[in-house]
Amino acid sequence: MSAALVVVQPGLHTTVQDGGRFGAQAFGVPVSGALDAEQLRLANALVGNGAGEAALEILHIGPVLEVAAPTVRIALAAFDGALVLETAEGRTVPAWRSLTLKEGDRVRVVASRQAASAYLAVEGGFDLAPVLGSRATYTRGGFGGFEGRALAAGDRLPLRRERASERGDLRLPEPPAVGGEPLRIVLGPQDDRFPPEAITLFCGSDYTVGPAADRMGLRLIGAALTHLSGHDIVSDGIATGAIQVPGDGRPVLLLADRQTTGGYPKLGAVCTADLPRAGRLRPGDRVRFAAIDVEEAQRARRRQEEYLKRLVAGLVPADEQVIDLDALYSANLVSGAVNGFEWDDADAAVG
Amino acid sequence: MNETGWPRLLPQGDAALVVELGDRIDRHVSERVTALADAMRRAAIAGVVELVPTFRSLLVHYDPLILGFTDIAGRAQELLAGIEVGERRLRLVHMPACYDEDLAPDLADVAAQTGMTPVEVVRLHGSVDYHVYMLGFLPGFPYMGDLPDSLRLPRLTTPRVRVPPRSIAIANAMTAVYPLESPGGWRLIGAVPVDLFDIGRDPPALLGPGDRVRFEPVERAAFDDLRAAWAAGEGALSVEEVAA
Repeated sequence: MSAALVVVQPGLHTTVQDGGRFGAQAFGVPVSGALDAEQLRLANALVGNGAGEAALEILHIGPVLEVAAPTVRIALAAFDGALVLETAEGRTVPAWRSLTLKEGDRVRVVASRQAASAYLAVEGGFDLAPVLGSRATYTRGGFGGFEGRALAAGDRLPLRRERASERGDLRLPEPPAVGGEPLRIVLGPQDDRFPPEAITLFCGSDYTVGPAADRMGLRLIGAALTHLSGHDIVSDGIATGAIQVPGDGRPVLLLADRQTTGGYPKLGAVCTADLPRAGRLRPGDRVRFAAIDVEEAQRARRRQEEYLKRLVAGLVPADEQVIDLDALYSANLVSGAVNGFEWDDADAAVG
Repeated sequence: MNETGWPRLLPQGDAALVVELGDRIDRHVSERVTALADAMRRAAIAGVVELVPTFRSLLVHYDPLILGFTDIAGRAQELLAGIEVGERRLRLVHMPACYDEDLAPDLADVAAQTGMTPVEVVRLHGSVDYHVYMLGFLPGFPYMGDLPDSLRLPRLTTPRVRVPPRSIAIANAMTAVYPLESPGGWRLIGAVPVDLFDIGRDPPALLGPGDRVRFEPVERAAFDDLRAAWAAGEGALSVEEVAA
């Protein structure tokens, strides 16, 4: 049988996700893809894949997987997560490094203890047919990824590579932080459907992620917002990150599986630099919002891109002991200067 | 014709531009939206990810690492100045439809509420060529209008948990066909034998914004034959090209 990862236990909601399905939104097909494109990219980089290659998105509770290939290289991106090899000695390997497994190895994925989402990438990717150009799973529509659904025990995920490459394992010396700063939003397109007090209230209040949270969106519990003149608009297009306010005044933050169009006013949308952090939010998490203008949001995105490129360029062999103080120092300096998560007043001054 | 106060070029986050051409459901506004989408597609602007035409605005998804907001807003404005509505060729889709009782759970009620017979409702529903304003809500779900005035009824107070796929539905000034089984609050007055959405096709949706649709009643036997053909992957629609 061809190389595969076999699902022994599926975890809570494990799906195949990639960088998203673009080009069919005009036909009502949602984008889907990873909730946290940043972790996806780092997991992929650790096994030498391109940024948007399909990987496993693991929500809350991780799966147990068994290797049905001579060897396979995997990497986990997870805040405070780990891979536990279910061998006699029960070796635990922290996230943010790749690991080469052999036929019959069983690995338990300890998902993130700080975020909703974690990502497990395999070298070479999964051998799954793209649907409309993407391997992202859209479970509501029942297509994409592995049979259009979340993984179940017994599934065999076919691998594109028969065995791991000869190049060694890599690790990320300085993993990103999960980040608790406010999510930055750009106001609009229907901010004029709210009184100014509602916008001040939204940006000045603590919200809690409600229990109704999934890949489509997060219902936020906190200050209810009033509309100026009713809550119906003529339906228009939706961007990922949009903050939609239905009739009950309770904002909903729309994520990867959002509909393509909708008829509730959108007060604003989370900027793309902060979308990965939005995709990490768990029910019960506190979240705050801060309004910035679109140019500032785009500068933040460019800085974040630079930061991620440096992280990827800074991967080191996993088994090498890092004792080079100069390298450590310059790595610290670099991430301090371009840290895309940082929320401070420097935003307006950069770029 | 320009709507007063429009266009409005608004950001939706830092990776989408809303080009708003009005604030109501209006065929002329919609045709300008589709014309702008066509113009932008032809312009093939580097960094534009995809275009989503809706009733009264075009959503332009773009890559903020390639295009700034003012760049893309400027390009959209330029292209908007040059669009001509009415020059387009349109697809007129002949949509077979069956209005038998078992496929039309709300037909009798619609007839009662509008003071017509079911036969009159069916005739009226098929009497106009509908404009596809946009797709949304579900993959392949077409919002089509405008429904003749006397057929306009609000949505059901209690939506159905399960609307059968391919149901023809009406609500307010719109008619639609549910491409997939889903919950839904529109009134069901018939069914089509056609799969409006098929993930294996490219494009996956049979209808697109700007198309015209004419519902053409067929007898049950013909409907069943057509359905069997579509289910076997051998269905085909009659489509003609017409002037706008």
